[in-house]
Amino acid sequence: MPKINSPAELEKLRKGIVSKRDPNKSGIAVCTGTGCLALGADKVVAALKEEIKKHGLEDKVDIKETGCPGFCERGTVVVIYPEEICYLQVQPEDAGEVISQTILAKKVIDRLLYVDPTTSEKAVRESEIPFYKNQMRLIIGNNIKLDPKSIDDYLALGGYSALAKVLSQMTPEQVLAEVKKSNLRGRGGGGFPTGRKWEECRNAPDEIRYVIVNADEGDPGAFMDRALLEGNPHSVLEGLIIGAYAIGSHEGYIYVRQEYPLAIENVIIAIKQAEEYGFLGKNILGSGFDFTVKVHRGAGAFVSGESSALMTAIEGRVGEPRPKYIHTAVKGVRDRPSCLNNVETWANVPLIINKGADWFARIGTEGSKGTKIFSLVGKVNNTGLVEVPMGITLRDVIYKVGGGIPGGKKFKAVQTGGPSGGCIPEEQLDMPVDFDELTKAGSMMGSGGMIVMDEDTCMVDIARYFLNFLSDESCGKCVPCREGIRQMLKVLSNITKGKGKKGDIELLEELAEVTRDASLCALGRTAANPVMSTIRYFRDEYEAHIKEKKCPAYVCKELISYYIDPDKCKACMICLRQCPAGAIVGDKNQIHVIVQEKCIKCKTCFEVCPPRFNAVRRISGEPVPPPIPEEARIIARKSKEK
Amino acid sequence: MSEITLEIDGREVKAKEGMTILEAAQSAGIFIPTLCHHEKLEPYGACRICTVEIESRGRTNLVAACLYPVEQNLVVRTRSKRVDKVRKVLLELMLAHAPEAGELQDLAKEYRADKARFEKESSFCILCGLCVRYCAEVKKKNAIGFVDRGVRREVAFIPEIASKECWNCKECFPLCPTEALQAAFLLTKALMSPSLACDTESEE
Repeated sequence: MPKINSPAELEKLRKGIVSKRDPNKSGIAVCTGTGCLALGADKVVAALKEEIKKHGLEDKVDIKETGCPGFCERGTVVVIYPEEICYLQVQPEDAGEVISQTILAKKVIDRLLYVDPTTSEKAVRESEIPFYKNQMRLIIGNNIKLDPKSIDDYLALGGYSALAKVLSQMTPEQVLAEVKKSNLRGRGGGGFPTGRKWEECRNAPDEIRYVIVNADEGDPGAFMDRALLEGNPHSVLEGLIIGAYAIGSHEGYIYVRQEYPLAIENVIIAIKQAEEYGFLGKNILGSGFDFTVKVHRGAGAFVSGESSALMTAIEGRVGEPRPKYIHTAVKGVRDRPSCLNNVETWANVPLIINKGADWFARIGTEGSKGTKIFSLVGKVNNTGLVEVPMGITLRDVIYKVGGGIPGGKKFKAVQTGGPSGGCIPEEQLDMPVDFDELTKAGSMMGSGGMIVMDEDTCMVDIARYFLNFLSDESCGKCVPCREGIRQMLKVLSNITKGKGKKGDIELLEELAEVTRDASLCALGRTAANPVMSTIRYFRDEYEAHIKEKKCPAYVCKELISYYIDPDKCKACMICLRQCPAGAIVGDKNQIHVIVQEKCIKCKTCFEVCPPRFNAVRRISGEPVPPPIPEEARIIARKSKEK
Repeated sequence: MSEITLEIDGREVKAKEGMTILEAAQSAGIFIPTLCHHEKLEPYGACRICTVEIESRGRTNLVAACLYPVEQNLVVRTRSKRVDKVRKVLLELMLAHAPEAGELQDLAKEYRADKARFEKESSFCILCGLCVRYCAEVKKKNAIGFVDRGVRREVAFIPEIASKECWNCKECFPLCPTEALQAAFLLTKALMSPSLACDTESEE
């Protein structure tokens, strides 16, 4: 690859790439992000290639392995160009038909299209699917359009034009002013104004400054950053280089967790390509600006996502937060000013430069601008990655984009902000997605995890789950975090086991307050949020567990029993055969009875009992009726013909 | 270094730039309790018992006195309702591990902490890290370190180093605020059966 020495040369190169691409040529884009790969996307690609070869279409059809477009629920996702036909849940066996029908005969294969579960209408293009229609995909939208291993794909979409603009037309001060004006706030969790952080780092008196990408995404259920880094690594890299120019940094790090092998692979390739073209290295685009970047692999600690812990890890030490009351933007890696931003924050930067701060600031709310990517998971029909404008209501995210709750169940809560976030109940669903509003509600924006919970979720158990996660992931250094979490977890476990006592809620509140007030880093200061928010909105559930020994959602095994209603049981043997514990006694023509001592509360009998009988009941907070005497269990069958 | 004036417990205190609240208070003879602090060691900020209330730029906040740098016109309260509550609960949390530790008991009296509030965890260690840090920072031997993280974090001697370095030193023993014998016990255990004390034993 030739090194590019000026913005003009870049434009010439871009024109060359674009001119070689025929927009009317058939193309097949297959998502090969981690989600679709797990569903067999690589086999789909191989099958499609095989079919292309079989038909001798190698020159006529391009096949592209792209990043994640977000609709993971329906992977493998395949998009056919130029028509932009979107096929979902594609299997290798479908390859023959895709080539012969859609590519050659230009026919749409109906069974691979999206079907609206309520209207039964089919959607041909990606943009017609409600999941996508209600999003604003400024950052993640390009994922399906490019091969993340090809810098030319990124250039064809206008890539590195923001960098060229910055280096040739703007001073670092102007870049900084533009980012400040956009009101971009950090996408990693805290929502600190990005421009202010950059400025603080830039003004810190030192010769050497670092810029860092935080790709240590560790919240359970969150994968926004993985999808971006895997799917469009150059956009993150371009943002980082622009930031380095504004801040006056010549060295950068991309801190990626080891658990993201594909992200690591793609970002290493991207760095190599950018170096070859001269977007990294000495005298970038002939501007005189130098910048290099290294990839640092995380070693599997959630707490390393905390800025000072991450920087300690980069120095080669154990990733524990450092106890200093000084911003890492002033003293970070090796005590040098270090500007750390999340993957998504950096990816916003080229957009702001290209389209302008005013354009960006028009999207969103007063205090939160632009879009935010969420990983929408849990009890929601359309799970996957969604990018929505700030200010959209949680209700729209869950119902319009997410398609509502599956199985006709009732919504109970949505958990935002990961383990440090909180649970938001139904009555707050019309709240706009906004940093400050979410914090006010006792949760937080966090990095973008969004877990939807339905009526079958026990909120005490959810709090216990997150505290259990944090008890493993706290570094264990400071007393309030380590011991506060340990004791809160004990209290919560006891409550879910039916050993809750009067005063437990107050004890939890006291521990939560001390953990929040006295902990060393943000992990500890926010660790009590899952407890606080569930007590705030679902106190009645805590009380039911403690006072009535009842789990209203029928989740906590120690508090529930299964019981077969003798009046309804038709002795069909289904539950008896399927019970894995052998806890059901009975026979043909003999009413079934659950032996409570043997029951492991796996819910199997409840689920397999035919709805027309509906004989298995869940009981919580009250005693199980005694089994009926054996002699009363015989069912005298009426004639079978009836 | 320029001189800074701040207020601690209503008293005007002079300090030098770069000093911590704890240092400024000590220089003025004002007592702030500490457990993980040691003058020969870098501030660590783990026990949080030195938590104080500050007023700075119109905001009230709780900070660790051993780390927070003094500022001009900073207002510090070493005792307040919030501070006392934090210290009380922290002591109760630590007393679950080391109920008989003298230093903790003295503080417990002052803050009315109940040593039986939480179920006993018989670790005898509050993970103040004095032994670990003294060995690393002063002796530069690293014969003792932290193992694991979160609620499973503990202190252990590294047998390969301890068997060479610890016989004639043992300077960490008296630093321990809970059970000086605890260190001796751990050391013996490490030397007697290294495989029990450290699963990542090297093949030397």
